[in-house]
Amino acid sequence: MNAPLVSLNELSVHYPLGRRLIGAAPVLKAIDQVSLDIPKGSFFGLVGESGSGKTTLGRAILRAAPISGGHATYCDGEVDYDLGTIGKEQMRDYRKRAQLIFQDPYAALSPRMTVRDIIAEPLEVMGITKTREETDARVREIAAKCRLNLEHLRRFPHAFSGGQRQRISIARALVCGPKFVIADESVAALDVSIQADILNLLKSLQRELHLTFLFISHDLSVVAHVCDYVAVMYLGSIVEVAPTRELFATPRHPYTRALLSAIPSLDPDDTGQAQRLEGEVPSPASPPSGCRFHTRCPVVHDRCRRDIPHLQEADEGTSVACHFWRETLPG
Amino acid sequence: MTAAPLITVRDMTVRFRTDEGLITAVENVDFEIAPGEVLGLVGESGSGKSVTAKALMQLNAKNTVYDPESHIMLQVPDQPPLDVLSLKRERDMILVRGGAISMIFQEPMASFAPAITIGDQMVEQLRLHSDMSRKRAREISIEMLDRVGISDAAKRFAQYAFEFSGGMRQRAMIAMALSTKPKLLIADEPTTALDVTIQAQVIDLMKDLVAEFGMGILFITHDLGVIAQTADRVAVMYLGRIVETGPVREVIKNPAHPYTQGLLHALPRLDDLDAPLVPVAGDIPSPLERPPGCVFHTRCDRAIAGMCDTRTPEATTVVEGHEARCFDLTKGQEVA
Repeated sequence: MNAPLVSLNELSVHYPLGRRLIGAAPVLKAIDQVSLDIPKGSFFGLVGESGSGKTTLGRAILRAAPISGGHATYCDGEVDYDLGTIGKEQMRDYRKRAQLIFQDPYAALSPRMTVRDIIAEPLEVMGITKTREETDARVREIAAKCRLNLEHLRRFPHAFSGGQRQRISIARALVCGPKFVIADESVAALDVSIQADILNLLKSLQRELHLTFLFISHDLSVVAHVCDYVAVMYLGSIVEVAPTRELFATPRHPYTRALLSAIPSLDPDDTGQAQRLEGEVPSPASPPSGCRFHTRCPVVHDRCRRDIPHLQEADEGTSVACHFWRETLPG
Repeated sequence: MTAAPLITVRDMTVRFRTDEGLITAVENVDFEIAPGEVLGLVGESGSGKSVTAKALMQLNAKNTVYDPESHIMLQVPDQPPLDVLSLKRERDMILVRGGAISMIFQEPMASFAPAITIGDQMVEQLRLHSDMSRKRAREISIEMLDRVGISDAAKRFAQYAFEFSGGMRQRAMIAMALSTKPKLLIADEPTTALDVTIQAQVIDLMKDLVAEFGMGILFITHDLGVIAQTADRVAVMYLGRIVETGPVREVIKNPAHPYTQGLLHALPRLDDLDAPLVPVAGDIPSPLERPPGCVFHTRCDRAIAGMCDTRTPEATTVVEGHEARCFDLTKGQEVA
């Protein structure tokens, strides 16, 4: 494992829910005391169901969501930023180093700008290039890397299919030369036949440009194919972090096991019904006591209702937040 | 399959009149569904899955044109067969819409009226299709809500759609669709908006209900995994044509059409993490530039020049019940 590029230490993002005259106002704990290291040069997956806080975590790292507790640091060897207390000047520099690729390529691109202008905008806004020639050269270079040709640059987004639009979004995110890229559900809106193409592109760009990716997805099978490490989130907490192969070979947390078995298998005889979860994800405004998963956990004990399990090192380079992971491991 | 098909679709071609001209959405589609059978219709966006489904109930927009040779025959047991496309008046359609055929949609929040309670919506449609009393309709609705696994059904009956979670809304939708005891259920991407753990619950529920009610289901999805878990037979659509059809095991294990094979290769699979993801080359052509000949030839690596780009392949039997439309299958038998 390389040194971490982004390191989170008990990071929390809480949103106040109204005000109270007496006593503390209720808060929605979107992210609660998350500790995580994203190794430099890795393709790091973050999975979870809707409402688990995966997008908020990504946004907090980019300082697009407020950090209400804990620490987040970014350290790429050239600079070392504490993201909670980062100043305005440093922030401007950080924006060049950390970028985001959005989910919906139809909503993310302005219909009134040409592809060239869309890709060039970050360069102009951040003042990275001085002359138009310089900007054009940068745009052409990154467009070629994202397999867009010069003729594409003159057109408007409406002329492109979903896959091509996503390539434009990727080019725009990478044009300012970031070291860290968050891809938030970047293939979720694409058809299967196109999705593979974008995933392969992201992987080859990562190798070519030495990027570190935080790949946020709800789709475990996609994550399994592209990521080196995976963190599984449930209700604002990370329940398991592991090297991808280890996680899929031996899921240690009961939630990870349930999530894996819920993926519809291509084999009609493999229904995965044994691990079926009951009920739905509780509201993050009133999360269950103790382990947040205890209301749906198939192997719940009394202790789980009282004590919050913390993410702790297990074996084979994995970490699990479960009191009883060793005892409940099947087989 | 011995039972007479519930619905038979023959040579259905659906076009839309638009400012840019006549656009073909579905072309020469044939299929049938027997009682108790689940037919999975799988395809990517723009392949014409939803248009096909909506045609069964004539729910497509006003600018729809059905070619004269298109036929949709609905054969409810103990009733005379009904030619759906010959029904012109809205009030005749009630026999089909919600009567013989019910539909559940992808986004249940958008399908329920936001300002009317779930219960009132269920009662309204029940009374529309029968001369049931309000009280009886209420009883049946609560019973159905209970049956689809909504706890405290009597209380939930009086609530609004926004008070339900996503999975519960989809269950309520299923309860509503089944309360009129339809012979055919059309499920258009019913689990796409749901999380995987909830999707698994809804799939289990639908399987139980097929076993219990014995209706036929047309299950539309883009997810081959969901198809494998729910359908008996599958039809793969691409650009408005069914390119391959057969029993679900057979099609997934021995896909014959290059498009089906491409889809399966592009799909990230959990049982083999080392398999490279192979995208299907190129993009789906715009409906305005529909390729002549085989619709897939622009993206097919086995396309034969002078053949695939000019002639439309006929359905060729791979094994009994498994058909694909591809010249590559008949290559050896071609004289020319």
